[in-house]
Amino acid sequence: MNALGLYRRYVGASLRAQMQYPGSFLMISIGQFVATFVEFVGIWALFRRFGQIRGWSFAEIALFYGTINVSFALADAISRGFDVFGTEFVRTGNFDRLLLRPRATTLQLLGYELRLNRVGRLMQGVLVLGIATHLLGIEWDVRKLALIVAAVAGSVVLFVGILILQATLAFWTIESLEIANTLTYGGVEAAQYPLDIYSRWFRNFLIFVVPIGCVSYFPILRLLGHRGPWQAPGWLLDGAPLCGVLFLLMSLCVWRIGVRHYTSTGT
Amino acid sequence: MRVRPYLTVFRMRFALMLQYRAAALAGFGTQCWWGFIKVMVFAAFFRGTLTRQPMNLAQAITYVWLGQAFLVLLPWAADPEIAEMVRTGNVAYDRLRPLDTYFFWYVRAMAWMVARAVPRCAMMFAFAAILMPIVGLGDWRLRMPSNLEASALFAGAIAGVVLLSSALVMLVNLACVITLSERGANALIVPLVLALSGSIVPLPFFPNWMQPFLFVQPFAGLVDIPYRIYFGGLSGWVAIAGLAQMFGWTIVLVFGGHRAMTAAMNRLQVQGG
Amino acid sequence: MPQILVQDLSKSYLVSEREAGAWGAVKGLVRRRRRVIDALKSVSFSLERGELLGFIGPNGAGKSTTIKILSAILRPSSGRCEVEGLVPWRDRIRHVARIGVVFGQRTQLWWDLPVIDGFELLRDIYRVGEADYRKSLDAMVGLMHLERLLDQPVRQLSLGQRMRCEIAAAMLHRPAILFLDEPTIGLDAPSKLAVREFVGTLNRESGVTVILTTHDMHDIEALAQRVIVIGNGVILADTSFERLRAEVLTERRLFIEFAGAAPALAIAGVKVRSREGNSIELAFDPRQLPAPELIGRITAEYDLLDFKLEQPRIEEVIAHFYNLHGATEA
Repeated sequence: MNALGLYRRYVGASLRAQMQYPGSFLMISIGQFVATFVEFVGIWALFRRFGQIRGWSFAEIALFYGTINVSFALADAISRGFDVFGTEFVRTGNFDRLLLRPRATTLQLLGYELRLNRVGRLMQGVLVLGIATHLLGIEWDVRKLALIVAAVAGSVVLFVGILILQATLAFWTIESLEIANTLTYGGVEAAQYPLDIYSRWFRNFLIFVVPIGCVSYFPILRLLGHRGPWQAPGWLLDGAPLCGVLFLLMSLCVWRIGVRHYTSTGT
Repeated sequence: MRVRPYLTVFRMRFALMLQYRAAALAGFGTQCWWGFIKVMVFAAFFRGTLTRQPMNLAQAITYVWLGQAFLVLLPWAADPEIAEMVRTGNVAYDRLRPLDTYFFWYVRAMAWMVARAVPRCAMMFAFAAILMPIVGLGDWRLRMPSNLEASALFAGAIAGVVLLSSALVMLVNLACVITLSERGANALIVPLVLALSGSIVPLPFFPNWMQPFLFVQPFAGLVDIPYRIYFGGLSGWVAIAGLAQMFGWTIVLVFGGHRAMTAAMNRLQVQGG
Repeated sequence: MPQILVQDLSKSYLVSEREAGAWGAVKGLVRRRRRVIDALKSVSFSLERGELLGFIGPNGAGKSTTIKILSAILRPSSGRCEVEGLVPWRDRIRHVARIGVVFGQRTQLWWDLPVIDGFELLRDIYRVGEADYRKSLDAMVGLMHLERLLDQPVRQLSLGQRMRCEIAAAMLHRPAILFLDEPTIGLDAPSKLAVREFVGTLNRESGVTVILTTHDMHDIEALAQRVIVIGNGVILADTSFERLRAEVLTERRLFIEFAGAAPALAIAGVKVRSREGNSIELAFDPRQLPAPELIGRITAEYDLLDFKLEQPRIEEVIAHFYNLHGATEA
């Protein structure tokens, strides 16, 4: 059974385990939906007062907002294994059990749990995308769909890469340190708006160092028909989501260094 | 009422929280980042408008940084010890102590809150009020209170926040005890706090027709009223009215919570814990 | 060609030491004192297919270090190790597909899921074909009577039931080698007997090589043909259990209950270990004074109600052995 098939198996097992507590799932999902939607309401209120932000309209912001929220909801849902890696696997020595199985450790951690209750944020993101579609009059053709799917896929892959890096730290610190919140939750907060509203150093950081801009800002620029701050050629913006994949590959290399450290020093 | 046992609880909790320093530092970095983003967003909004807004950019920026400095004062979740007790069924043991359960937990919640807040607040002020001007980001700094009156009223307001927030935490604890699980209560309180306290967007920015309701509801006293007092948005008698609103809600929540808690605990005793 | 080959295996850890107290903590930030711990010092042994090895030693002796290296969880500092021609830590995925590991303290099954669901997940993880899986599953269920356990969530099983499922889970993919780490710990007496019986049967009938690590000497007595004793990172003995016992402790114990008060016995070569009321406990060396002779001598002079002849308890044998070699707990 190949990796994808095994992942499907893991998902099934995780869902069955969570479905034993349906009340809790429902409450957390609803709570998440409301909590994230409230933020969108806040943005709506600000636009009612200010009208526009650096030339961008409310509807366009909705597009950026919805896309990044959908992406993060998906990434958040699948990455619990990495979130709790230090506490659940390194400190307890349970990582040994993962090493004893003839599969990649990262695949096993991805399959650790599928957090269903992230559907709250996901639904909210989809709703906002619907609002954006309506307000902007977007007609979703193949090209536009491809762009948004690329944006979501690239962002999910990037977020997972960030969380893998955070988990790798646990090989040295033992406990899970949630410092990557700056880049994950902070990244979502930043990418809700088009990056050109921020100061240049911040924008460049989010394009060249942690490429959140590449995986979300650029594809949506293309979708809206803008050229972007440097008037970059279209194909460059189209291919930008690949940066997410590159980032993930880099994180996986760092992960392997972590595993090597673990197997050299033991617990 | 004997005060000493409550003071002891306060002290013990404080000491325990000071141990969580590493996590605190990581969280601090996140908060600075968060603050920056919100400040930049406001700056971008304000650049494009000439219409008069409920507060000016400097005030909005101050509001943002105050929010980060006092973030842990908000009632985000039930006391984890209580959640643990409810889960393991040890709730009844608290009844064995010769203390009033409600106030015992109330004081513990306050201690937990204050212990986490003091270092975070000091660091945030150092960062946003002192460090930022030094590195040339003075436009985006946290300003000082508008005048002496504002400072005095703000000090009172912050004390009020602690009392009000702890009373709200007690409500969440109560929900935990009644439903025998912490999940539902925690899931509900976060969106309420986010929406109604002004944590996401300062309440004055919401449409005018919402303002009367927003000013009156209990969560306003957690963020909006104290911060507006700080930069003089609420002054004089209006500020006093705001403080009265906070303390009024606190008293209502404490009395109501106390009675509900007594009833719930009695029921638990009858059931056998 | 042995199935498992270990040659001059060594493992050293670098441990940073911090002085006690607040000042030590501050100093520790600036300069860490490092201490080298030699967990394994040039350990060598080999195992043929189908052997059942008991691996014993005091805590911190290097048992778990050796097992971890053999199972690809740990890399050695130096030395050679080959399992079925593979170097464990270099070929992790291929190697772990051929071994099964059971930890006494930790479960490899999914806590909230029924046992059978966990088995099926393992089948997919280990890429076991459907037909092979069915055969292994039926064999394990039959051997250890798991029929009624399969549909229960793992968290609802008793410790004994869980251990049987753990062993089954470890065998589903028909590994060539089975590692058992404290498999009987915390089990009640009937469960311990059951586990020993299952492991023995598995080894005999399917020919799986078994390496058993345990502190319970009765496990060893019941199962191990061969025993390796490890202490302070070196192998102290590599022999059969009987020979170990014979080498280390040749003492025998005689418990006598007299008709009247226990007399003050003084026989050459016999030590009185304790005396209370009508009972006495003697220790003697059967090589110097055979048991029948000793008993004969005593019955000739005194009236006995009952007597009992014992070999020293296994724990004593092993503890004595550890002491002999200065292999105390690290």
